[in-house]
Amino acid sequence: MIQRKVVYVLWRREMIKYFRARSRVVGAIAMPAFLLIFQGMGFRRAEFPGLPESIGYFQYLVPGIIGMTLLFTAAYAGMSVIMDKQFGFLKEVMVTPASRISIVLGMISGSATVSIIQALIILMMSVLLGFRLPFISAILSSVVIMVLISMTFINIGLILSSVLKDFHGFSTIINFIAFPLFLLSGALFPVSNLPAPIRVLSYLDPLTYGVDALRGVLIGYCEFSIVQDVFILSILSVLMVCASGYFFKKAEML
Amino acid sequence: MKVLFNMSAITIKGLTKKFGEFTAVDDVSFSVESGELFGLLGPNGAGKSTIINMLTTLLIPTAGDAYIAGYDLRKHPEKVRNNIGVIFQDPSLDIGLTGRENLDFHAMMYNINSDERKKRIREVLDIVGLADKADILVENYSGGMKRRLEIARGLIHYPKVLFLDEPTLGLDAQTRRTIWDYIRDLNRNYGTSVILTTHYMEEADYLCDRIAIIDHGKIIVLDTPFGLKNRLQGDRVSVTIEEDIGLIAGALREKEWVRDIVQNDRMLDVVISDHETNIPDIFQTASKLGIGISSIKISKPSLEDVFIHLTGSTIREQEGSRKTAKQDRMRRRMLR
Repeated sequence: MIQRKVVYVLWRREMIKYFRARSRVVGAIAMPAFLLIFQGMGFRRAEFPGLPESIGYFQYLVPGIIGMTLLFTAAYAGMSVIMDKQFGFLKEVMVTPASRISIVLGMISGSATVSIIQALIILMMSVLLGFRLPFISAILSSVVIMVLISMTFINIGLILSSVLKDFHGFSTIINFIAFPLFLLSGALFPVSNLPAPIRVLSYLDPLTYGVDALRGVLIGYCEFSIVQDVFILSILSVLMVCASGYFFKKAEML
Repeated sequence: MKVLFNMSAITIKGLTKKFGEFTAVDDVSFSVESGELFGLLGPNGAGKSTIINMLTTLLIPTAGDAYIAGYDLRKHPEKVRNNIGVIFQDPSLDIGLTGRENLDFHAMMYNINSDERKKRIREVLDIVGLADKADILVENYSGGMKRRLEIARGLIHYPKVLFLDEPTLGLDAQTRRTIWDYIRDLNRNYGTSVILTTHYMEEADYLCDRIAIIDHGKIIVLDTPFGLKNRLQGDRVSVTIEEDIGLIAGALREKEWVRDIVQNDRMLDVVISDHETNIPDIFQTASKLGIGISSIKISKPSLEDVFIHLTGSTIREQEGSRKTAKQDRMRRRMLR
């Protein structure tokens, strides 16, 4: 069912295109970088209720911004599917005998790699700005969590791209989804500070657990437990992959 | 699983596709023999591309069945995909990759191993004459080069059935000729069954073993190009007249040897039988009415004449008259 060659070739195509289009790298990283620099530096000395004193705001913020980078890069991965649709390339992919789940997995692996490269660039920038350099083992575990976060959100974009045709529709809807997910996730402030009714929404946001797990491994502080976070994210990402596979099988890709 | 005793490359039964209220393809049935070069001829929006998109598994039929290379389209789409090659009407290349990368991508999607890929890529690049341009990004290719690359790509996995949707649309005459020759060689040398859509009469006439003329989603007639032209049973006489063309057209319509008349601005296209004896009659009829004929030309009927005879208008007129129709908008929406 899963054809490795198909997954590999779709991944390789994404890599070739990523490294050929440098502007894409810079463009996608600008927003999180600005937030990191200005929000991070501006609130550097602020004392946040709900944060242990040993952790400064900047240390707290970095995993949040990494989560944000993953969320936005991943969610926008559907955009390249829309591009392929408009340039007709998706038809070419869909008439090949490759199984739809392999196509979905290929797209996911390509976009996930891109998201993780972006997230690691942000992590390096943070270190330059004063983030305490985590151990290599912590960085490696954080990559595992990054994979899960990217998989979850890439699928939102993929499902959307299987039913939509144009750029504008896609970016409007994806912003409507991604911004609340970002703001509710506790990337910028502790979720415990939110009023109870809104906090419920936070607990429904997959990114909440992603950011929490990233904090757990990168700064050794988390609200839930890393095991619980990873468990929730794993289940979600598998479900989302299946959903994308289903949508790609159903969709008339023209 | 495999349908036994079925020698057809394609068998279609009652194929129908509706987009909301609009029926794009209406109960179409035909079959394409193995090794045949089959043409779907019709104006833009007739439903040709919709048929191709259904047969290539991109659209799901509203009703009807189809078997391609012996496999049921509905039950085994992946088997169908394995046996077909498609060259789409609109470009479908990744312009951010080189020609070779596009071909390699495609071959890998078909699970062809590395050595075989290299061999076949070289082979198809030679066929379409792009060997020296293979490592340039496709965004720098000309229209003709892109088309040739798409044809090369469609061949790389040795499909049993090749679909070509308007293969030469928008290409110059010379490139068109070259592509016709590729298609023909491929069909003859490799026995690949080919089904192509076109709205160019000369393309259908030059290439196809059999042609289905399709309009408003239905097949009007299906025959060999020779058989189609023979249907008119006669020769075409084009008469140029300076005055009162309606009068003489009316008079000629009365004659039993006149098969068909198309009246243009100052030209009358008449399809007649036995032109040797009947052309003098045309002159007599004109002089009786006091009308002068300024020139007359005899030719064999073309496919275009057959088309006019069967549909009542030229392929171009049909396109024009539909510009305003609501249907046209529907068609364009689905053709995108």
